[in-house]
Amino acid sequence: MKFGIVVFPGTWSDRDCYYSVHNICGQDAVFIWHKETDLAGCDCIILPGGFSYGDYLRTGAIARFSPVMESVADFSKKGRPVIGICNGFQVLCEANLLPGVLRQNEHLQYRCQWTYLKTENNATPFTNKCKKGQVLKIPISHYEGRYYAGDDVIKGLEDDGRIAFRYGTPGGDITAAANPNGALNNIAGIINKQGNVLGMMPHPERSCEDILGSTDGNIIWESIIAGV
Amino acid sequence: MPASKEQLEEIALSRKEYNLIVSKLGREPTEVELGMFGSLWSEHCGYKHSKALLKRFPTSGKYVLIKPGEENAGVIDIGDGQVIGFKIESHNHPSYIEPYQGAATGVGGIVRDIFTMGLRPIALSNSLRFGPMSDPHNRYLMGGVVGGIAGYGNCLGIADVCGEIYFDDCYSGNPLVNALCLGIGRVEDLTRARASGAGNLVMLVGADTGRDGLHGASGLASRTFEEQRELRSAVQVGNPFMEKLLIEACLELTRTGWIVGLQDCGAAGLTSAAIEAADKGDSGLDIDVARVPRREKGMTPYEVMLSESQERMVVIVKKGYEDRVRSLFDRWGLHSDIIGNVTDDGMATIRDGEKVVAHASVKYLNNPPVYRFRPKRPSWLDDLQELDLKKIKDIAPKDAGKTLLRLLAAPNICSKRQVFRQYDHQVGNNSVVLPGDGDAAVLRIQETTKAYTLVTDGNGRYCYVNPLAGGVIAVAEAARNTACMGARPMAITNCLNFGNPERNDVMYQMHQCIQGMSQACRKLKTPVVSGNVSLYNETRGVAIFPTPVVGMVGLIKDIKRHCTAGFKGEGDVVFLLGDPGDDRTLGSSEYLALVHGEIRGTQSIDLRAEKNLHDILIRAIGRGLLRSAHDCSDGGLAVTLAESCIIGGIGFKGDLSIYGRLDTALFGEAQSRAVVSIGAGSVRRLEEMAYKYGVPLKRLGTSGGVRFVLRGLADLPVNDLAKAWHSGI
Repeated sequence: MKFGIVVFPGTWSDRDCYYSVHNICGQDAVFIWHKETDLAGCDCIILPGGFSYGDYLRTGAIARFSPVMESVADFSKKGRPVIGICNGFQVLCEANLLPGVLRQNEHLQYRCQWTYLKTENNATPFTNKCKKGQVLKIPISHYEGRYYAGDDVIKGLEDDGRIAFRYGTPGGDITAAANPNGALNNIAGIINKQGNVLGMMPHPERSCEDILGSTDGNIIWESIIAGV
Repeated sequence: MPASKEQLEEIALSRKEYNLIVSKLGREPTEVELGMFGSLWSEHCGYKHSKALLKRFPTSGKYVLIKPGEENAGVIDIGDGQVIGFKIESHNHPSYIEPYQGAATGVGGIVRDIFTMGLRPIALSNSLRFGPMSDPHNRYLMGGVVGGIAGYGNCLGIADVCGEIYFDDCYSGNPLVNALCLGIGRVEDLTRARASGAGNLVMLVGADTGRDGLHGASGLASRTFEEQRELRSAVQVGNPFMEKLLIEACLELTRTGWIVGLQDCGAAGLTSAAIEAADKGDSGLDIDVARVPRREKGMTPYEVMLSESQERMVVIVKKGYEDRVRSLFDRWGLHSDIIGNVTDDGMATIRDGEKVVAHASVKYLNNPPVYRFRPKRPSWLDDLQELDLKKIKDIAPKDAGKTLLRLLAAPNICSKRQVFRQYDHQVGNNSVVLPGDGDAAVLRIQETTKAYTLVTDGNGRYCYVNPLAGGVIAVAEAARNTACMGARPMAITNCLNFGNPERNDVMYQMHQCIQGMSQACRKLKTPVVSGNVSLYNETRGVAIFPTPVVGMVGLIKDIKRHCTAGFKGEGDVVFLLGDPGDDRTLGSSEYLALVHGEIRGTQSIDLRAEKNLHDILIRAIGRGLLRSAHDCSDGGLAVTLAESCIIGGIGFKGDLSIYGRLDTALFGEAQSRAVVSIGAGSVRRLEEMAYKYGVPLKRLGTSGGVRFVLRGLADLPVNDLAKAWHSGI
């Protein structure tokens, strides 16, 4: 299958995403410049991490107006898979493809560290290769990753099983200490109502080889590949 | 009209230097010319006080492709057609005045030095020094500096993989912020920073030019700290987003063949970028400042030529390719303007529209006078080097555990996780050993089985008490850290942080440190490929500790065969490699400073023993024998053992069988040592190797369990050690 990796000015996870889906998972992958509107026949769109437009305003607030985003919205409306990682998650929220916002981390510091994600829903196109409740070791790297939304939105996410991942302990316990940024309900990743758009703060593309400390990110790519 | 005293002071030129300029030109310089001379002849750009000493460094070796001074950074050959370029640079003075922006633009500047050469920047490191955290102003400085490094570096998507932080009173008014960047690429992509070929075009790319950073080179970097409180406007403001665009656009450009040279605007801005490129290309330049896009109205030609506005590049474009180059930058949303052309008359001609405002020989401008000072050994060194151990009370056995916990929580020893977790250290998918897990960072080289290591080191306290030994140890410790990962040390970059070079005692410190570093570089076969000098680091006449910082790159042939610092499993046998030394190893130690409040007594080092230790470490790790290796340095053997426990999350049980002073055995900082662990079945092979390499080997105990036990001295849960270690800052 073919992954399309969107490149905004200021994106930096594009190359790592390419490496993990192409070099490691053996799939076709192309970069899509933010000014393009043609998604080049891709089967899945990745909005990678980075600092689009420097994120000087609100994270993702300018990137959402890039020409490519209209095409991404159309693509998602057709039920095709879109995954936003870190800055990509922020862009999806700004573009109203996912509910809620990513606020500054509670401790007001950037955080780069391993996190342990408990798979809360393994019936999504992004997690179908995960065992129920499987814990994935995947790192975060962000300053604005504290998921926040109104009570009704959170309730909807909880009730519909749209929380894909929560920050937990290596054993899968959801604790306050395991929450690296103060996200509501330890939320690390959510899906949209249709279930074909995933936003997550941790970087699965970094967990792609044993030598880098984990291969758990590949399970997400393999799930997508299995579903297409 | 001759320049006034005030004018000369503003640009930090002496009357004698002014007279030299007049005699070279055969007339009084214009205002713009004077500003250009002032910047290029500053210590920061011209190295006039340090050049003679820097010549002592060994700079060639079989891996060296580009030596210091030839380009923006040194380059080494790592085989398979790939090269690594790296350099460390100081941003001490700006970081004191405005810590966030000072540190941020320090990162920006060193990153530009790397991608200017056509290499993709992929790793950052930094070496920081602050005054004690008990002082709120020092906490403010550290918070700002760390925030600036994180804010700028994280935005660029370059992994910040390692670093070091030390605290001492002497850095209270003089923090040190040294930033290192490493880039990788193919040998054919190397791009030169030279302007050549008359008729080729000079293009300025990136940010518009403003008044920020005027006199950064001549003002800040050439003055002592208390003189510069009013110079805040001399600090630049960084825009990492612009830098990120420049990285991508310039790397694309260097692969097109459309340009002859690329140079970044760093200290002294357009002046140094243009003049240095012209000098390297043996050319002249004709530049019209009226064509330089401005951020603000009413800027004079003088201000345009000396602005240190960040994120700007000078591109020397082949004639006829200018439209293609411009459209490439347009695509990245970057301004580009043709501001002049290369000439063959060897002159720097600067115009403001029709009017010529400067017309001087490039060679004159770029060749400042070189000063030689007579180093004089300060008389106070004799007293400082003396250590009367009768006056230092040994610790009682019952206090060993307590003292160990105290040392683990000492700011100079404790974990720096609070800091490094604010830096993105994994972007790029190359980081194999993360900060805190080993003595050096290990990054794999994609599409090969190889990896390289990166580490920064420098112990100002050792250098203060004995600048010669301190210089040797700075290089030796970096190499030891490198060897502990299983890597062969390849080359170094260095940042020489000293006080006022016009003082004889500071000159002595520089002279001795450089001498010591050179000795170690020769013996350990790690030539100096790049570097930077930061002088005038003093407040109210008191200089900082002489603080040379070494950044070292090493190579691992097979990435599967590398090592980390933490113990790995139950029942591994733990050894000390190297000679524990005598009571003099307490000299200048962290223990002596922390527990007894004394900074005195000299460390010593035998480079042959050091080299033997590296050889056995590299060989044993290469054969897959060692399960862990950790350099024995600050805090001595007990701290090293405790750190291996904390990092590995595993206990240790052993008997040190101590005969002499307890504090020497536990906390003495004898050089050329490492603590290693090894599977019980491999012990015999390690013993044979130790005999062959002539390295003393002492069995200390075994790893395992959850407690740290030194028989008769300490019995503590590893969790308690970890709690202390993580509580220091």
